Amino acid sequence: MTARSVGAASDPPGRAVTPSFWSRIWTENGPGYLFLLPWFIGFFGLTIAPILSSLYLSFTNFDMLTPPQWVGMDNYVRMFTNDPKFYQSMRVTLLFVAFSVPLKLAFALAVALLLNRGMKGLPIYRAVFYLPSLLGASVAIAVLWRTLFAGDGLVNQGLALIGIQGPAWISNPRYSLWTLVALAVWQFGSPMIIFLAGLRQIPQDVYEAASLEGAGRWRIFWKITLPLLTPVVFFNAIIQTIEGFKSFTPAFIISGGTGNPVNSTLFYTLYLYQEAFAFFRMGYASALAWVLLIIVAVFTGISFLSSRYWVHYDN
Amino acid sequence: MSAASISLKQIVKRYGDFEVVHGVDLDIEPGEFVVFVGPSGCGKSTLLRMIAGLEPISGGTLLIDGQAMNEVPAAKRGIAMVFQSYALYPHMTVYQNLAFGLETARVPKSEIQPRVQRAAEILRIEPLLKRKPKQLSGGQRQRVAIGRAIVREPRIFLFDEPLSNLDAELRVQMRVEIAKLHNDLGNTMIYVTHDQVEAMTMADKIVVLSAGNIEQVGAPLELYNNPRNKFVAGFLGSPKMNFVEGTVKSLEGGAVVNVSGSEFRLRQALPNYKVDDKVTFGIRPEHIGLTEASGVKLADLRVDLVEQLGDTTMVYASTLRGQPLTIALEGQRHIAPGTMVPTYIDPNRYHVFGPDGLALT
Repeated sequence: MTARSVGAASDPPGRAVTPSFWSRIWTENGPGYLFLLPWFIGFFGLTIAPILSSLYLSFTNFDMLTPPQWVGMDNYVRMFTNDPKFYQSMRVTLLFVAFSVPLKLAFALAVALLLNRGMKGLPIYRAVFYLPSLLGASVAIAVLWRTLFAGDGLVNQGLALIGIQGPAWISNPRYSLWTLVALAVWQFGSPMIIFLAGLRQIPQDVYEAASLEGAGRWRIFWKITLPLLTPVVFFNAIIQTIEGFKSFTPAFIISGGTGNPVNSTLFYTLYLYQEAFAFFRMGYASALAWVLLIIVAVFTGISFLSSRYWVHYDN
Repeated sequence: MSAASISLKQIVKRYGDFEVVHGVDLDIEPGEFVVFVGPSGCGKSTLLRMIAGLEPISGGTLLIDGQAMNEVPAAKRGIAMVFQSYALYPHMTVYQNLAFGLETARVPKSEIQPRVQRAAEILRIEPLLKRKPKQLSGGQRQRVAIGRAIVREPRIFLFDEPLSNLDAELRVQMRVEIAKLHNDLGNTMIYVTHDQVEAMTMADKIVVLSAGNIEQVGAPLELYNNPRNKFVAGFLGSPKMNFVEGTVKSLEGGAVVNVSGSEFRLRQALPNYKVDDKVTFGIRPEHIGLTEASGVKLADLRVDLVEQLGDTTMVYASTLRGQPLTIALEGQRHIAPGTMVPTYIDPNRYHVFGPDGLALT
């Protein structure tokens, strides 16, 4: 392949042929590409290739033992027309996202507002409150959560002290999902740190101007702090919503991988996992993954579209 | 809108054990335009913020119209403040910015609209009412910030270095507008700046501060002509006053001081001085001339550098002992650097300061 140099249009006639595009790229940037090679291999081999292969597999029947068989849209048609568990897992996940995300954000913002008041030992409080986020998604914490909320767990023992007979939080389908919501809210550290950083960005003199104009704390929060924090609220909401849709470990550990009782903790990702690795319906699981991707993309897209009406960017 | 008097009685500000304002006394009459001026860190903004109620007062009493205000919340002092950074609410339109304080005070909507409109008319920002602050220039933002203060019809306006973020041309324009605004509204205004030109041009009364103390209070020309000490003399005036070391040579028949090799008879008596004592001789650049018509001879100076400003020629020169002096000559004068020039001063317009920095009269 021979390429003209950038300035070829103005080159005098009879000039020698310039080196090829690829040889020029190699001469100029070869060592740089060599350094990038491990990343390229990782990105294409471990990210792009699996994504594309899962897209292909979503149109096949594949049980991991025999070669995949092309079935066209069958997996998708089955999902929407003949799979009650798909709808159940979607319902559970949407409920989980709808409750855990706003609650987590509200809790994180409340704690960030408290910590932003310039108290002594702030770094220690910040670290302590952030700790659950570091541990929260781990198997160990999910196991701990199961123990805490068991019929004779610590939570019910505590309630018994004040004369309340606690329910079987995990084995009762009325409460099991809310136990997981509580676990998600408990992991408020990450959005809290981001809220705290956002609060620090709001200029102090804006608050001073508002207080000189007679605004009390409540009015300042609703009319100044919250509107100026909307970019951070938006960022946190997007990240936490995506995290919510992807949530897997707590439901897997607490329900023992079944999504029970009565599929009340059957998260979408858990159902996907069952289809892939319990029933070896890899093609169907791939189709589930792509539908999840589309749902998350649509949610994110709608959020971005709506943001122009409620998110304030200073610049 | 009525103007209010302000009285500071032994006002002190401490941060922990560190005292930054040391017992300041000051009386401001209703309708006065008072400028707090001083270098960075002198406590002028802290003093203003204590008057506003944004900083607690560590000691002393703040009286507004005779009422103690130390414990009165900022919003209830009848004060509006214009901040250096404008402090506009970035998510609100100009109209909403102006109306915010009135809405907070639960003023009826039917009253808010005309008040905002009137403030917008005064400041000529009516076409900007629907814009957000980020869509405004620096000067327009500053007008909105002032409008937000006007609309509340306060008794006292406070300005905390409001022109610092503007370019030189706009600063001059806004300076004139603020002065006009004071003439029109007649409120008591306190204006903080480190720019002595702003202080000289805008103030009815200048308060010169240094290191948490008031150095001198007075009308601009009073401070310019009769500075109480070396600090005030050096701070007011641009280019700043020249200071030259002098030695007392004789006290008989009026003090004679040797200034850079030339003997100079003072108009001041030096009753507590003796021969060989040191004094500082202060003379403003515009009060030095190169001809005998300018006054009495001071010294011969070597010209180091000449700047032509069009209407003025600035001559940077030095004495034989290497002490630098600046001379501002009217018109366009052609003087070659390196030449020696005789200098003459107006015998009524120099200042002498003792070793403690206080002016000798």
